[in-house]
Amino acid sequence: MTVPREMPEKWPRVRGPGGAEEERRVRANAREYNEKFQYASNCIKTSKYNIVTFLPVNLFEQFQEVANTYFLFLLILQLIPQISSLSWFTTIVPLVLVLTITAVKDATDDYFRHKSDNQVNNRQSQVLISGVLRQEQWMNVRVGDIIKLENNQFVAADLLLLSSSEPHGLCYIETAELDGETNMKVRQAIPVTSELGDTSKLALFDGEVICEPPNNKLDKFGGTLYWKENKYPLSNQNMLLRGCVLRNTEWCFGLVIFAGPDTKLMQNSGRTKFKRTSIDRLMNTLVLWIFGFLVCMGVILAIGNAIWEHEVGVCFQIYLPWDEGVHSAFFSGFLSFWSYIIILNTVVPISLYVSVEVIRLGHSYFINWDKKMYCAKRRTPAEARTTTLNEELGQVEYIFSDKTGTLTQNIMVFSKCSVNGHSYGDVQDMLGHKAELGERPEPVDFSFNPLADPRFQFWDPSLLEAVKLGDPHVHEFFRLLSLCHTVMSEEKSEGELFYKAQSPDEGALVTAARNFGFVFRSRTPKTITVHELGRAITYQLLAILDFNNIRKRMSVIVRSPEGKIRLYCKGADTILLERLHPTNQDLTNVTTDHLNEYAGEGLRTLVLAYKDLEESYYEDWSERLHRASGAPEAREDRLARLYDEVEHDMMLLGATAIEDKLQQGVPETIAILTLANIKIWVLTGDKQETAVNIGYSCKMLTDDMTEVFVVTGHTVLEVREELRKAREKMMDASRSMGNGFSYQEKLSSTKLTSVLEAIAGEYALVINGHSLAHALEADMEVEFLETACACKAVICCRVTPLQKAQVVELVKKYKKAVTLAIGDGANDVSMIKTAHIGVGISGQEGIQAVLASDYSFSQFKFLQRLLLVHGRWSYLRMCKFLCYFFYKNFAFTMVHFWFGFFCGFSAQTVYDQYFITLYNIVYTSLPVLAMGVFDQDVPEQRSMEYPKLYEPGQLNLLFNKREFFICIAQGIYTSVLMFFIPYGVFADATRDDGAQLADYQSFAVTVATSLVIVVSVQIGLDTGFWTAINHFFIWGSLAAYFAILFAMHSDGLFQMFPNQFRFVGNAQNTLAQPTVWLTIALTTVVCVMPVVAFRFLKLDLKPELSDTVRYTQLEGFGELIMSGKNMRLSSLALSGFAARPSASWIETLRKKKGGEGSTACSPSGAPDKTLKV
Amino acid sequence: MKNKKSFAPQEAEAHPSRCPDNSAFKQQRLPAWKPQLTIATVLSTFFLTGAFCLSVGICLILSANSVKEIQINYSDKCSDCSKLRENSFNWDIECLCSIDFTLKEDMLGDVFMYYGLQNFYQNHRRYVISRSDAQLLGREVNVQQSYCAPFTTYKNGTPMAPCGAIANSMFNDTIDLFYNFNSSVIQVPLLKTGNSWWTDKNVKFRNPQSHNLSSAFAGTARPPYWQKPVYLLDEENERNNGYINDDFIIWMRVSAFATFKNLYRRISRERHFADGLPAGNYTFHISYNFPVTKFKGKKYVILSTMVWSGGSNPFLGIAYVVCGAAATLTGFIITAIHLKLRKKKTYFQK
Repeated sequence: MTVPREMPEKWPRVRGPGGAEEERRVRANAREYNEKFQYASNCIKTSKYNIVTFLPVNLFEQFQEVANTYFLFLLILQLIPQISSLSWFTTIVPLVLVLTITAVKDATDDYFRHKSDNQVNNRQSQVLISGVLRQEQWMNVRVGDIIKLENNQFVAADLLLLSSSEPHGLCYIETAELDGETNMKVRQAIPVTSELGDTSKLALFDGEVICEPPNNKLDKFGGTLYWKENKYPLSNQNMLLRGCVLRNTEWCFGLVIFAGPDTKLMQNSGRTKFKRTSIDRLMNTLVLWIFGFLVCMGVILAIGNAIWEHEVGVCFQIYLPWDEGVHSAFFSGFLSFWSYIIILNTVVPISLYVSVEVIRLGHSYFINWDKKMYCAKRRTPAEARTTTLNEELGQVEYIFSDKTGTLTQNIMVFSKCSVNGHSYGDVQDMLGHKAELGERPEPVDFSFNPLADPRFQFWDPSLLEAVKLGDPHVHEFFRLLSLCHTVMSEEKSEGELFYKAQSPDEGALVTAARNFGFVFRSRTPKTITVHELGRAITYQLLAILDFNNIRKRMSVIVRSPEGKIRLYCKGADTILLERLHPTNQDLTNVTTDHLNEYAGEGLRTLVLAYKDLEESYYEDWSERLHRASGAPEAREDRLARLYDEVEHDMMLLGATAIEDKLQQGVPETIAILTLANIKIWVLTGDKQETAVNIGYSCKMLTDDMTEVFVVTGHTVLEVREELRKAREKMMDASRSMGNGFSYQEKLSSTKLTSVLEAIAGEYALVINGHSLAHALEADMEVEFLETACACKAVICCRVTPLQKAQVVELVKKYKKAVTLAIGDGANDVSMIKTAHIGVGISGQEGIQAVLASDYSFSQFKFLQRLLLVHGRWSYLRMCKFLCYFFYKNFAFTMVHFWFGFFCGFSAQTVYDQYFITLYNIVYTSLPVLAMGVFDQDVPEQRSMEYPKLYEPGQLNLLFNKREFFICIAQGIYTSVLMFFIPYGVFADATRDDGAQLADYQSFAVTVATSLVIVVSVQIGLDTGFWTAINHFFIWGSLAAYFAILFAMHSDGLFQMFPNQFRFVGNAQNTLAQPTVWLTIALTTVVCVMPVVAFRFLKLDLKPELSDTVRYTQLEGFGELIMSGKNMRLSSLALSGFAARPSASWIETLRKKKGGEGSTACSPSGAPDKTLKV
Repeated sequence: MKNKKSFAPQEAEAHPSRCPDNSAFKQQRLPAWKPQLTIATVLSTFFLTGAFCLSVGICLILSANSVKEIQINYSDKCSDCSKLRENSFNWDIECLCSIDFTLKEDMLGDVFMYYGLQNFYQNHRRYVISRSDAQLLGREVNVQQSYCAPFTTYKNGTPMAPCGAIANSMFNDTIDLFYNFNSSVIQVPLLKTGNSWWTDKNVKFRNPQSHNLSSAFAGTARPPYWQKPVYLLDEENERNNGYINDDFIIWMRVSAFATFKNLYRRISRERHFADGLPAGNYTFHISYNFPVTKFKGKKYVILSTMVWSGGSNPFLGIAYVVCGAAATLTGFIITAIHLKLRKKKTYFQK
């Protein structure tokens, strides 16, 4: 093998100082040479552990959890005899339980990752080694290898296409896995390598590629091939990326440039992050606070102990000498600090974490089991793939949705057209595009045409009649459709045509022409053959003026068999209507009306036009075109100018309207979610028009909107300017609204943010991919975000997968709101992974999105059920659960604190140690779990009817720091009564048989029993939905308490372990005393009655919407039902309704959004109405 | 083709419908009781609770008032003995003390005699665990392994029986009561058994098995503060000696608080005292052994009668009355608020 003599000096170093790759050099067929760069192999690894590392790594990870470490620390403390105030088993049993459950779960997850890694790594591919093709596993493919791909095979790594079976080194790929687009794309080898068709020639190929380092830009590639002392520029057009599938190409050869983790596919799949919910984070914070609180209590009691030992204990030493090694009161205090840390640790019980997991698992099962989220057509139930995020479903504020396949079915249908000022396609009964619902006449019969596509349906027979009558305009219209496109046709058997279209729209148009008798049959690079009403006509294809985003049109120039040269053009109305011949004015007006009508129905429109060209003019033009395309520089510009020149003064033919059918229920779902104050952003790879169209058809964009801003700037300055203008307009509008506020004043005093939050009108923002790239730069992202968030709807088009993730990241970063990303394609994966919650639609485009998602189902409309029913309930249940849990543990633990003041701060527990062990595991765990799993505040259909019910979750009203403190306060209040009432009674009481009552053990049993009863009554109050299971658990727990109490205090156990079960006989002696029961009853009444009073007054004075809804159905308040009529799904009424009964929401909203003005905080854009509270 | 056709139904069988069951449980449609905090339930709860608490409270106060109780602080009254006991070298000097008192009314019914201690921290953690229940159950145990330290063994290795701080600090005053009746002095007969729980006496405490008690405790020594070994606690009554001595059992049932009273004796209702203690002059004869002044404690002797709710216990009755009053009051307040704000509720109609 020869080494190229001339090596470029442009890239002096391959690796940068930090080891980061600065450029990549790959030489074909030279493994030794490439090895020295240590490029990643093609083996991918997404798993986290192996058998050896599992235990240490997993334990390490688990102990990174604050709580687990905390319990480990406690366990160690308990093993020190001087300070051990509790037996070690009170901590170790739950800790081991928790660790095991988590480890098993992690192990299972990782096992499946291993499996999928193995499956991918072991795929076979043909590698050219020493001139011979060998079967190799994917993981053994190296950078610099030449591999052979066959039709329908997955591309194993990022390849430079060398040659293919097709002429000119063309090959077709499908990139669905990569970017979600299902149409085929063309890739072409550079001419010099396209001749290397067989292995012997390829084996001698020793070109060297120098290119950019691995990156995640799917549509860009820059590099140079050095071969035989020549250099050839390489672009993305020459690359086959991993994850693509080879189509319609028998075989091709490629040179591996990037392998395994360096491939663009892997680089684009963002890091797998362990997702935590905001409640998780809050819980961790609270645990830290509680820990601080615990330390404070410990310090107080330790100081108390030191003082007590100094003042009292010293004198008491005759009866109770200090422990060995304790020589001073101070040291005793120090030891007692740790002792108290141990006995007070139950303020944060380890069972909290397990219980939370159990509840989430339960909710996940409910999602999996939900029949209403089961799609019968695809036979897929909804699936909660992550079981730890459920309650966050009840807090979503932003939804980022993919468009194609998520909102739409991804099936394009030709539905209407306007030809020569006549509109076709209207259905008689005027049901519009809601096709399958209405009653329709029979579809048009295309049986006259043997080549018709049987799946095509059209409802207006007049168009076919016009064709049959030979209307020349209609004929020309369909001729254009059959000629002006880039569709490939495949004829597997005679008359059985398959169209392969770059975009589904083109496919739909060509199919329409086909059914109306203008059948595109086949094409060669120079000709197009069309069957026009049965006659085969071959047109000479003179030029294709291809589509691009700036031109927004495509044209073909064809020579008919008669020799006439004609240009056919189709494109966006905005562009094309300007380029028509002035004589078309009248027709243009009519057609524009039709176009508006179509757009209003959410159809995707195109305008069609033609132009006859003079032979001489064409010759001249074609000559100039040839020169321009050969030009070394400014080629694109020159071509564009030439295209521009010829596409002028055209004659209007008509317009088409295509429907990308929305999935069922999408507009309704979006409407409901919008009412629930969820902002929906559509991020799509589609072009702007399509996206905007869909925006209209799914009612995200409406004609009522004040303005839709479109940002399409190509430079930073343009984008900034456009965003600024948008903001100014919004502000101007709100100023001129004049709803009692002068915004100028506030402009000077408050930040940009709050002003933008105050925008009164409804705006929408549409931003293009290249503008978005600028908008996402560090110095503009806040501006962009504020503008976007002030808009009701945001549509980002032409975005790359990574940009999708960046947008999500941006909102996450600045908005502190819960985000949900929903998508169906592999291009949505990084967005799904980035968002707090990722939802995968198991649709047409493979299962990549589903695999990366946290929840998956097959219809967009299930999202409303997932959020408004499951999410809301999950959030509600979790919050109620947490409130109660903290309450019960504070009530339980703080008793020790008060007792400390009466027992010389000696860390004596109030309860029996078994009670302490079992309290959280047995006596009080199941009722609260049952509540956490089954509770319902309002029936499911109500949460759909009143989307405002979702709002408390978004504002995080049900469990936040304030609620936490209320729970804690209630817990402490309970603990005070729990200690001091029995204390007051016992201090002076005797049993009815004259014996002492105030012995320690009787006191312990009394306090424990009243505690269990009080917390049971409390859970009874908290439970709003008593199923049989709740009954069973609540009564069962009480019964279990007494059963276990008597068992623990029985003779038998004592005889076996006298030193462990010292409470023998206590239960029957103590609980036989009327005084004890009176004490318990009094404690219960005093603990519970204030709660009842407060709850009732809150309900009576400031009912939440959920309370009102709940009461409405049950009690039938006449006035509520009356107002309920217009409350349903009416945004104004709802927002007004929600605002009135609970001013606190508004308060919170105000604080959260940082607005100071009162109109600044309307939850649903109706400020002047909502705030007349 | 044929193959394909036959495959399809098989596949369908292999993958039974993935549609979730339509069960009430899985669809979260379980029948449930949805309790409501309505004005009716809340008010009735409050008024009923109020009525209940008030009536219970009044009953308790009335019955507590019928209890007769007399309490004498004898650590103050026998200040000489208190001083003597302050010095532990005088432990073997006997100190007797007499206290006269007058009952102005009869104490009818069962009369109980208690000793009370103040500032004695029986609920201290180290104190509470300083015992060996296995030893008190009459079992051979190595007290070294119990929590009895430092009251486990003497320096020569003889284990203490019973071991631990609780046992060691047992209350050892003897109190006798005399009735000065028509210038003659009659000793009030006192019962020293039957004062402890049946389970304690018969289950929790057992003497070691042996032919007689002293041999059962052979090889052990009395706790350092005791004046006599455990098998001499009650030489007259075999069933009240050793570990199953009632005074010992009662002492071993540690108190929850630092101030407490333990049942010491019951008045035996015979002859003069068949109806209880008649009014008159009485004298306590106390053999003062238990030092309290060292830890700033106080000792009491208490005589009391009993009712169904135990002895004199004003707290519970008062607490019930207060609670009942509060509940009733809250009921009225809620009614007032509800009625007053009812008008405002019409805002729903607007």
